[in-house]
Amino acid sequence: MKKRLLILEDGTVFQGEAFGSEQSSQGEVVFTTGMTGYQETITDPSFYGQIVTFTYPLIGNYGINSDDFETIAPVIRGVVVRELTKIPSNFRSEITLDEYLKTHNIPGIEGIDTRKLTRIIRSKGAVRAMLTAAGEEVNVEEIVKQLNETPYLKNHVKEVSTKMPFPSPGRGKRVVLMDFGMKNGILRELNNRHCDVLVVPYNTPAEKIMSFRPEGILLSNGPGNPADVTEAIETIKELIGKVPMFGICLGHQLIALACGAKSYKLPFGHRGGNHPVKNLQTGVVEITSQNHGYVIDENSLEGTDLEITHVSLNDGTIEGLKHKKHPVFSVQFHPEASPGPEDSNYLFDEFIALMERAGEEIAYAKA
Amino acid sequence: MPKRKDIESILVIGSGPIVIGQAAEFDYAGTQACLALKEEGYKVILINSNPATIMTDTEIADKVYIEPISLEFVSRILRKERPDAILPTLGGQTGLNMAIELQKSGILDELGIEVLGTKLEAIHHAEDRELFRSLMFELGAPVPESDIVHSVEEAKAFVEKIGYPVIVRPAFTLGGTGGGICHNEQELEEIVSSGLKYSPVKQCLLEKSIAGYKEIEFEVMRDSKNNAIVVCSMENVDPVGIHTGDSIVVAPVQTLTDREYQMLRNISLDIIRALKIEGGCNVQLALDPHSFKYYVIEVNPRVSRSSALASKATGYPIAKIAAKIAVGLTLDEIKNPVTGTTYADFEPAIDYVVAKIPRWPFDKFESAKRNLGTQMKATGEVMALGRNFEEAILKAVRSLETGHYHIDLKHAEDHDDNWIEKRIKKAGDERLFFIAEAMRRGVAVEQIHKWSQIDLFFLYKLKNIIDMETVLSENKNDLEVLKQAKRLGFADQKIAELWDMEAKEIYELRKSNGIVPVYKMVDTCAAEFESATPYYYGTYEEENESIVSDKPSVIVLGSGPIRIGQGVEFDYATVHSVWAIQEAGYEAIIINSNPETVSTDFSISDKLYFEPLTIEDVMHIIDLEKPIGVVVQFGGQTAINLADKLAANGVKILGTSLEDIDRAENRDLFEQALKELEIPQPEGDTAVSLDEALEIAKRIGFPVLVRPSYVLGGRAMEIVYNENELKQYMENAVEASPDHPVLIDRYLTGKEVEVDAISDGENVLIPGIMEHIERAGVHSGDSISVYPPQSLTQKQIETIVDYTTRLARGLNIVGLMNIQYVISDGNVYVIEVNPRASRTVPFLSKITNIPMANVATKAILGQSIVEQGYETGLVEEKKGVYVKVPVFSFAKLRRVDITLGPEMKSTGEVMGKDITLEKALYKGLVASGIEIKPYGTVLFTVADKDKEEAISLAKRFQSVGYRIMATEGTAKKFEEAGIRTEVVDKIGGKGKTLVDVIQNGDAQVVINTLTKGKQPARDGFRIRRETVENGIPCLTSLDTANALITVIESMTFAIQEMPKAEVYS
Repeated sequence: MKKRLLILEDGTVFQGEAFGSEQSSQGEVVFTTGMTGYQETITDPSFYGQIVTFTYPLIGNYGINSDDFETIAPVIRGVVVRELTKIPSNFRSEITLDEYLKTHNIPGIEGIDTRKLTRIIRSKGAVRAMLTAAGEEVNVEEIVKQLNETPYLKNHVKEVSTKMPFPSPGRGKRVVLMDFGMKNGILRELNNRHCDVLVVPYNTPAEKIMSFRPEGILLSNGPGNPADVTEAIETIKELIGKVPMFGICLGHQLIALACGAKSYKLPFGHRGGNHPVKNLQTGVVEITSQNHGYVIDENSLEGTDLEITHVSLNDGTIEGLKHKKHPVFSVQFHPEASPGPEDSNYLFDEFIALMERAGEEIAYAKA
Repeated sequence: MPKRKDIESILVIGSGPIVIGQAAEFDYAGTQACLALKEEGYKVILINSNPATIMTDTEIADKVYIEPISLEFVSRILRKERPDAILPTLGGQTGLNMAIELQKSGILDELGIEVLGTKLEAIHHAEDRELFRSLMFELGAPVPESDIVHSVEEAKAFVEKIGYPVIVRPAFTLGGTGGGICHNEQELEEIVSSGLKYSPVKQCLLEKSIAGYKEIEFEVMRDSKNNAIVVCSMENVDPVGIHTGDSIVVAPVQTLTDREYQMLRNISLDIIRALKIEGGCNVQLALDPHSFKYYVIEVNPRVSRSSALASKATGYPIAKIAAKIAVGLTLDEIKNPVTGTTYADFEPAIDYVVAKIPRWPFDKFESAKRNLGTQMKATGEVMALGRNFEEAILKAVRSLETGHYHIDLKHAEDHDDNWIEKRIKKAGDERLFFIAEAMRRGVAVEQIHKWSQIDLFFLYKLKNIIDMETVLSENKNDLEVLKQAKRLGFADQKIAELWDMEAKEIYELRKSNGIVPVYKMVDTCAAEFESATPYYYGTYEEENESIVSDKPSVIVLGSGPIRIGQGVEFDYATVHSVWAIQEAGYEAIIINSNPETVSTDFSISDKLYFEPLTIEDVMHIIDLEKPIGVVVQFGGQTAINLADKLAANGVKILGTSLEDIDRAENRDLFEQALKELEIPQPEGDTAVSLDEALEIAKRIGFPVLVRPSYVLGGRAMEIVYNENELKQYMENAVEASPDHPVLIDRYLTGKEVEVDAISDGENVLIPGIMEHIERAGVHSGDSISVYPPQSLTQKQIETIVDYTTRLARGLNIVGLMNIQYVISDGNVYVIEVNPRASRTVPFLSKITNIPMANVATKAILGQSIVEQGYETGLVEEKKGVYVKVPVFSFAKLRRVDITLGPEMKSTGEVMGKDITLEKALYKGLVASGIEIKPYGTVLFTVADKDKEEAISLAKRFQSVGYRIMATEGTAKKFEEAGIRTEVVDKIGGKGKTLVDVIQNGDAQVVINTLTKGKQPARDGFRIRRETVENGIPCLTSLDTANALITVIESMTFAIQEMPKAEVYS
C-alpha cells in the first residue's frame, strides 16, 4: 500500500497508508464516535467539506450495500480510520469500503493513531487538514502554511441541495421537503408514513412552495453555518404560521434564525450516535444521533417566540425548539437516525399529527 | 427523581460461594453496590456465605453477616435487623431466588420490607417460560418455536410443523442430561425417547434449533423514569449453540450494519421497558447471518457475568449505577463516574476492540468432556483490549495462563487433518487453536467457516495472524515487519521462535528501536470528553496517555483468570494489598487480566493496567512506571511464577526475595532449609525419570504422594499405593524431565493443619491455626477446615507455632506465608510452605479481624509488625467456632470423578460460624448446598479398608433414625455388627441396584469410598456421578461423613429405649 500523510493546520503530521482515491484532498477534519453506520455517515451530506475520522478503530467490517446510502453522491472530503477491513462480512455486502471510495474519488488514510487525532480535534476545535496524494512526497511546511491561509468554506448548502425539485409520491399528507443537504433517511421516514413528498431546492421561494399547497413543510439537515443560508432564512420567515413546519439539524437552526435567534460554533461539535437529549416535556432522556458543529444560543431566545423543548444532557445546549404561537417545532439531532439510535423516531409521528390537527382546524374554520 | 428518603436501611443479598456460572463478578457487583448505597447515606446490611469476598469486609457494608443464604437464616437476619428494604438483583441467581423464596414465605409482607430494584413480578415475567413468551408475543419479538412433548409421536408432530433441526431438552435434568440436537427422524426418535427416560417427569422441551445464528448480547439499563440505554453490545465469535459463558466474545459488535444493530437495540430496549426493569439487564439475541430475521434467546433481569464484562469493557460501572437506580435515582441525574462531567444516561462509545476468552478447568479434569454446548463449563475468563481484533485476541490468549503465548496448538503434530476437522466442527475449549492449525495447514477460510459457522469476519482476522507468521519467518530482523507484528498483538516469544532468537533479544531489539507500546485510556467516550479514569491498556500507537506521577509507586500483580485452585481469595488479597500501599503513602498500580474481579475496578487502585500477566507485558509497564518494586505474593501462583523473570530484568521484588521464594518452592533447597532448621518433613525425594521414581518409592515405602513441582491447587497430585500405579502415573499424568521434576513423598495418614503467618523478617505474627476435618490426603482447598483447632494438644500447638516462627525467620519471609502440617502419631511434620498469600487469608482475616494482606503489605514496605501495633506469635483464639466448607461444581462437569484427593476440585467455599463445632458445621454444610435431613436413608458403598470405620458411622446413623442401605459386602459386615441393613444390588445386578436407589431418590445421603482407578467404567465412579446427576450429597471421605452425622446428632433429640429392668424370678 502507498503511504499518505494527514497534515493538520497546526503542523501535526500523521503518516499512514492510502486507500480509496489516490488524490489529495483538503477539508475540516472532524470525528464521529458512532461504532456502526460508517456507510450512512460517509454518505451524509452534512459532512460536506469535511474529512471524517472514525474513533472506532475497525471500519469497513460489513462492506457497502445498496440499501443504506443517505445520498447518491457522497460529499465528504476524506475518511480517516485506524484500520480498514479488507474482507467484509455481511449478507448485504456488495463491495468493499475501499472500492466504494475509489468509485467516488474520496481519499482515505488508515493505520494512524486516530485517538491521538481525536484528542487534538477535541482540544483545538475545527482543524483544517490535508490528505496528501497517495505516495506523493510533499513539503509539509508549505502545506501547513497553505492550510492556515485557506478560508473556511461557505455556501455548503448550495453545493449539496438538489438543483431541481423532485417528487417522492405517496397517498398521505402532502409535504414539501426543503433540501439543505438532506439525508435519505428523512425522506424514508416520511414515505413510511405515506406522505406525498416534494423535495425542493434550498432557494425555492415561499410563494412557489405555497403553490404546491403543502400540508406541512420539513426543513432538512445540511452542512455548514446556518447564518450563511440567508435566502432560506427569509423564505422560512414568510412560511412560519402558514403551514406546520418541522426542522431537523440545519433546518432547526434556520427556523431559530428566522425567528430572531442566533447561532454559534461549538468547540468541536456533536458527532456520533450516543448523545443523550432530555425531552423537557416528558422528562425522559432519548439517545440520539447527532452531527452538528453549530448550535442555537440560548441567550438569543429572549424576545423570540421560541421555547426550548430539548436540551443536551452533556453540555446543556439547545437540542429542540417549539414556536409558542404557530405549529412549528424543530430538533438539533437526527430523529431519522441512520446511523444511530431510533429513540426519537416518534417525532415524525408528531409531525404527521401536527399536520392532521392543522388540517382539522382549517376544515373547522371553513365550516 | 431524587433518592428515596423513606428508607434508611437496606439488606443486600450476595451470591454465595463461587460455582461455575456464578463467580467473582458478583463480588465485584456486590461491592460496588454496597459502596454506592453507603455513598448515598443508607445503612447497608449484607448477607453472604462466602468469606473470600471483598464485599464481606466490614468496611464495605455497615453490618456484615456471613451466614447461609437460606430462608431460615435470611429470615432470622430480617427479623433481627428489620431493614426497610432488600436489594436482591446484584447477587446473581442466588440472590434472586432467595428474594423470591422470602416473598413466598410471607416474611417480607409481615415485616413490611420492600424489594428494591427490579420488582419480583418483573423477574417472574422474565424467568417463567410461558409468561416470557406471551410478553415477547405482545412486543412482536420472535422467540424460537418450542413445545413440551410427552411422547415420540408428539415430538414428530411438532417437528412436522417447524422442521429440523430441533433441540431436545429433557425437563428437570441437571446439566442438560439426555438432550441434544436432532437433524432427522432417526435422531429424533433416539434422543426424545432417551430424554423422556431421563426426565423424572417424562417430559421434553423441543425447540427450533437456531444453531449457527450470530449470538448478540446487549447490556441494557433502565430507571424508574423509563430512561433506558444500551451500555455495551457484544458479539459472540462462537455462533448460537454454545453458552455465552463458554463463548469467545468481542465488544462491540463487529459484523452488524447499523440497521441490524438498531433493530436489535430497539427490541432490547422495548423488552427492558416492558419488563419494567429498574437496574441492569442482559438481553441475548440470535441473528440470522443471511437475513434480518432474529430471535430473542433469553433475558437476565439482573446484573450478571456479562454485565461485569460490559463494565470492564466500557468503563461504565453497571452495578454501581444499578444500585443508585434501586434507591430511586435516575440515569439523567447520576454523574458518569468516568468523565465526572457528563451523566450516566448515555451510551458508551469505545475506540478499541475487547476480546474475552473463557478459562476452562479441563487442565485439571482431564477426563471431563471438553465439548462445549448449552451448559457452561468455564470457571473464569480473561479479557484483553487492543486497537484491532488480532491484538485483542492474542493478548487474551496469553492472558489465559494455559501455556499459550500465541494461537499455537499444543502437540499440533500429533493431530491428523481429520481430527482437526472434527474438533473445529464440534466446539470444544481448544477450537481457536485448531482453527489456527488448520489455517497453517492450508485449509481455506471458507471451509473453516462451513465447519464452524464462525463468521468469516473473525476467520479472516485470524488468517491475518497466520499470514503474519509467514511474513515474519520470511523477513527475519526486519524492523518494519516487527512493528507490524507487534501491532497485530504478537508476543515477543512467538517472534523469537520464528526468528530463532530469544524473547529477551526481541525485547531489547524493540526497545533500542523505539518499538514499545503506549497506553490508552478507557474513558467510555472514545476521547470525546476529557476524562481522568486511571484505567489503561497497552497498544502499539503513537500517543501515550498514561502519565507517570512524581509519587513513588508500587506495582501489584493480580492473579489472572479464576480457575480451580486460584479463586477469588487471591483477588481479595490483591485488593487489600493495594489499599495498604495507598495507606503507606505510595501510588498503587495494579496489573490484571480478569474482568470479573474487584481488583480490575478502576476505582480501587491509583492506576489499573488491564494487561496480560506475562513477563513481556508486565515489563513494558515497569519500563514506563519505574516503580520502587513489584509485589508478587498476593496474586497466587500467577504472580509468583513471574518473580524470577522480573528479577532477571533487574526489577526489585518487594517482600520475600526471589532466592527465598525459591528456597520454599524448590524441593531440594527446601529440604536443605528444613534440615538446617531441624524441622521434620515426610521422607521424600525428587525424580526426573521413571526409574528414579521407582527407586525412591521403594526406599521410602508405599503409599507415596506424587506431584510435579511448582503447581497450584495440587494439580496432577496423586496418592499411589503400588509400583504399577506409580508407573502409570509417571507415564500418563506427568512428563517428568530435569526441567519438570516430580516430587515423591511418603504419604502420612494423620491430621492436617494449616497456618497462615505474617513476617517482617524478624517478627512473626500467626493470626490462627486451622485444622482440617478430612485426614491428610485430601487437598487443603477441598477439606473442611476448622478454626480454632479442635483436637490439637497444647504441645502440638506450641510445636506448630515454633516451627512456623523458625520457618518464617529461616526462609527470610517478608510478607505472608502459608504452611501445611500433618500430625501423624503425635508428631508434627511440615508438608509444604507457600511463600505467598494463600486461599485462607480472607477466611482468617475475617475471623481474627487482622487484615492480613494489609499488615503483610505494610511489612513488605518496611513497617514492622510491632510498629503496626501487633504482638508477635500466635494471636489469642477468638471465641466461637468457624468452619470453611468447600463447594464444588460437579453438576456442570460431566465425566469428572468427584472423589476427593490430593488434587483440588472445589470452585468455591463458604463459612459457617457459631458457638459450637456442630452448629458451625451445620451452617457450613447448609451454606454449601447440602440439605441436612433429620431422618432418611443413607447408602453405604465403601472400600474394604474402610469397612470397620464405616460400621461405627452406620451405627450412629441408625440410632438417629436413618435407614441403612448397602451393597452385599458392606451389608454383611454391618449385619455382623448388628446393624439392620437393606441390601441393594451392585450395578448390573438383577434386583434393585444402587443406581435405581439413587435415581429414585430412595437415599438422602451416599457414602462412597470406592476409589482407585479413574476410568469412568468403574462402578464407584458411576455411582458418584449418579449422585451428582440426581443432586444427592455424596461423601467420599469418612471424615466428612463423620462430621455430617455429628451435626445430625446435635440437631435431634436422642431416642433411647428405657433400660430394661432386670427381671427377678
